Amino acid sequence: MENTASKTIITVVGKDTVGIIAKVCTYLSENQINVLDISQTIVQGFFNMMMIVDMQAAKKTFADCAADLEKLGEEIGVSIKCQREEIFDKMHRL
Amino acid sequence: MINMFEVNETNAMIEQENLDVRTITLGISLLDCIDSDLETLNQNIYKKITTLAGKLVETGNEIERDYCIPVVNKRISITPISLIGSAACRAPQDYVTIAKTLDKAAKEVNVNFIGGYSALVSKGMTKSDELLIRSIPEALACTERICSSVNLGSTKTGINMDAVKLMGEIVHETAEFTKDNDSLGCAKLVVFCNAPDDNPFMAGAFHGVTEADAVINVGVSGPGVVKKALEAVRGENFEVLCETIKKTAFKITRVGQLVAQEASRRMGIPFGIIDLSLAPTPAVGDSVAEILEEIGLEYAGAPGTTAALALLNDQVKKGGIMASSYVGGLSGAFIPVSEDQGMIDAVQANALTLEKLEAMTCVCSVGLDMIAVPGHTSPSTLSGIIADEMAIGMINQKTTAVRLIPVIGKDVGEMAQFGGLLGYAPIMPVNHYSCEKFINRGGRIPAPVHSFKN
Repeated sequence: MENTASKTIITVVGKDTVGIIAKVCTYLSENQINVLDISQTIVQGFFNMMMIVDMQAAKKTFADCAADLEKLGEEIGVSIKCQREEIFDKMHRL
Repeated sequence: MINMFEVNETNAMIEQENLDVRTITLGISLLDCIDSDLETLNQNIYKKITTLAGKLVETGNEIERDYCIPVVNKRISITPISLIGSAACRAPQDYVTIAKTLDKAAKEVNVNFIGGYSALVSKGMTKSDELLIRSIPEALACTERICSSVNLGSTKTGINMDAVKLMGEIVHETAEFTKDNDSLGCAKLVVFCNAPDDNPFMAGAFHGVTEADAVINVGVSGPGVVKKALEAVRGENFEVLCETIKKTAFKITRVGQLVAQEASRRMGIPFGIIDLSLAPTPAVGDSVAEILEEIGLEYAGAPGTTAALALLNDQVKKGGIMASSYVGGLSGAFIPVSEDQGMIDAVQANALTLEKLEAMTCVCSVGLDMIAVPGHTSPSTLSGIIADEMAIGMINQKTTAVRLIPVIGKDVGEMAQFGGLLGYAPIMPVNHYSCEKFINRGGRIPAPVHSFKN
């Protein structure tokens, strides 16, 4: 049931600390997930990042990656969410 | 490409403002289950529902995981059972066996409600319609997940007053049968005028006979999102207000459209309609009454409420229609009392009365919904309230409904507890003057003059 054509949006929100991007990117590279775009800001001390990734060649299923990343987020102390891109496309593009 | 601002806006709607997909409702036609042998009929029904809906809950959960949007309920609507049972059922008890089969099937596929224990009697009642209606009190008392509805009138046919009289009695009897649980049975029983065939929301969902064999209908909700958007335009004029509601409704409906298409694709069942209804829950920040307050009223029920609700309902429809080619069901704003914390507060502050709610139903998307009344309210008075509401629907060519709960053993000032999404409700006073002679006339009210469009 995987929709291989679609991109995935990963959002990371939480208290800023050293190495958040490094840890997330390490996980992605280990699992053959390609990063297409990253934007990141700090708002009032809060780390806020959005990545657009391509999971077509990923070693694991979407569900497993989402669960792994959520767990990784708990370890770092931030919230990490994986969502298919269409929900944003549908809502914000005609 | 999608930017961070847009991603954050969507996620804030989901995480902070209670945006959710309220229900994925799988409509199933049971017409091919009909058999003159009751046992065979029950087996056919069980088999068809469990086969078609086997993957419904799993699919809903997958969609929830992929998009991180809550899919709160997975439900089933079926062909009105009065039609399905007509060849096999000889007594109300026979219909009760079907109710039990439906309940068992619902539990097997793990949906929380199955709607369609229904009869369509807007012009007349067949013997089997009447048997089904008379079986409702017991059917709702001995099952957990069945929802029942009866269509009593339409703009095209007028109002079946014999059925209105009967339903006053049945609502009362259902209350008696479930009096140990604050007459909870009545929360799963609704009567309609102009009932839509493709409504995904309970308790009134059924799968109309004009529908395909199986169809996916999706109901989206998000009163909290509208409320939040309106906070940003406080004090602005009506044009800005309406524009804001419309844009928000558009965004919400697009999410529903995506979920419906995905559910349809994954289950291999055609997509029917999106129903964008601002459907409140008892959770704080998920209230239609709070939207009315944000528009500028001290409480829901204050003068101006009907106008505010009218514009809200209309703008929700306008935004929704742009977002999906197949908007249907009820689409608009629901005004249930027990399921909306703001409405409950308004009743307790004496700002909102049954009569004002009736006026509001002229412009909302459904009708008198989840209103607790004293248990000693007579069946004829219940019928009178139903008749008033049916007349509003018939004359205004809109869907109206009544879901009243006469709470046995309780009176004005007390509270009825229904639990979960059904919430709790203060018992509201009812006009105590009699309408018995009116209800006892019998027959039907003819269709209005503007129904003759042929």
